[in-house]
Amino acid sequence: MSAAPAPTGERAAAAEATRLVRLEGVGKTFANGTTALAGVAMEVRRGEFLSLLGPSGCGKSTVLRLLAGLTSASSGRINWSQSDPELGFVFQEPTLMPWATVFANVWLPLRLKGRARAQAKPAVMEALAKVGLAAFANAYPRELSGGMKMRVSIARALVTRPAILLMDEPFAALDEITRNKLNDDLVALKCELDATVVFVTHSVYESVYLSDRIVIMAPRPGRVVAEVAIPQPLPREEDFRLSPLYAECCRETSAALHRAMNMEPAAH
Amino acid sequence: MNQVKLRRYLLPTLALVGALIAWEAVVRINHIEPVILPAPSLVLTTLFHDRIVLGRSLMVTLSITVEALVAATIGGTLLAMLFARFKVIEEAFFPFAVILQVTPIIAIAPLLLVYLDSGGAVLVCAFLVAFFPILANTALGLSSVDHNLLDLFQMYRASRGRQLLWLRVPSALPYFLGGLRIGGGLALIGAIVAEIAAGSAGSGSGLAFRIIESGYRLNIPRMFAALVLISLTGIFIYLALSAVSYLLLHRWHDSARSRES
Repeated sequence: MSAAPAPTGERAAAAEATRLVRLEGVGKTFANGTTALAGVAMEVRRGEFLSLLGPSGCGKSTVLRLLAGLTSASSGRINWSQSDPELGFVFQEPTLMPWATVFANVWLPLRLKGRARAQAKPAVMEALAKVGLAAFANAYPRELSGGMKMRVSIARALVTRPAILLMDEPFAALDEITRNKLNDDLVALKCELDATVVFVTHSVYESVYLSDRIVIMAPRPGRVVAEVAIPQPLPREEDFRLSPLYAECCRETSAALHRAMNMEPAAH
Repeated sequence: MNQVKLRRYLLPTLALVGALIAWEAVVRINHIEPVILPAPSLVLTTLFHDRIVLGRSLMVTLSITVEALVAATIGGTLLAMLFARFKVIEEAFFPFAVILQVTPIIAIAPLLLVYLDSGGAVLVCAFLVAFFPILANTALGLSSVDHNLLDLFQMYRASRGRQLLWLRVPSALPYFLGGLRIGGGLALIGAIVAEIAAGSAGSGSGLAFRIIESGYRLNIPRMFAALVLISLTGIFIYLALSAVSYLLLHRWHDSARSRES
């Protein structure tokens, strides 16, 4: 397993300044005794696109739920560099309220914060415009395609201008053409908003194309085993997929993932 | 499309008219006495002649049914919310609701008549049968919320009240409306069953009482007329509740939409 080189003093200070959240020795054991995570150490930096990559059962989603505050760690610490950060969450399914219009779905986070419809309208319409669905504000989710529903879900996550956008395999259920389009749009949005994204995926190619950094996890128990940096600034053009750098990064990531999957279960 | 619609309405109408004509013909050709089997035309004229006494009975039955349904809706919904909020209450009391449901109402009715006057007993019977489907469906609906949406509400720190009002209630709505439609039909059955159980001892004057009374008097055409009114009441309740369901769901729920073809 490859550890990150020890940062020099200067770089450590810079890392401190850009850090948004750090997990230290985080473990999670469920009520039924299953250990989902053990000794997870990682950090998320401001403005980066970070992917969590690993085989199923490695606890990627649990890390995301911990960051979202939907579950609490059994051990270790999660240190945010700012108090009460605004969160956005995108699930694998669009998870829209079917009885509500697209507008009302995107309005929900602001509504829960006490913003009236008229008051929230500019922000909601802006979020919808960003995902290209301004014309569908009055449609019901049922009338939209799978890709469009996912866009609504992203608009809802962005409407509060979150400090961090958490995405749990958001495009896994979509066809490849739609997925590629949404990937490009997501990166464009991320750059436009200078957002921080933590993206859970099990696709090597998707993670290399999207990420500044990839954290690779191994299962039983879930832990961080490797990290790959992609030295190509975002956004990336479509022909990045054809570049030698892309191929090299995919090979490296793939090899790290392969090692993670064949790794002996950690003694604990 | 139009042809399909036409067929959907025309076919059952023609079948009904055909059956009525056959019935009329059988009675006339065989000279069957009205006391054995009245012709549809006689039932219709009886309906007209006895419109005052039957109309009054219809109003009695209808008001009991509606009162019972309203009470069952309020009671069932509130109890379902209590069940959803406090699992302990559900575990403690759900078996009672099941016992009440599986015990045939016709067997409970005479017992109720011991403790209540016949009007009260009829109302309670109608309430009891309508109550369970509304409770069970609403409780199921309230707990069938998308877990991710619950997570989302939790992440945005929604209060329990808002979670109930903005998430659980709309999620439960299709289930509740299904229960309401079943409950509506059952409320009428409960009202009729209880009145029949009360029989001549009852001071009631609903449609079921008219049927029993007409039976004793061998006024068979009036029996049929009362029966027709009960059927029409049931159909009316079903259509009214279906309309409510359509109005509330048609814009978003799959059940109220036709498939694309």
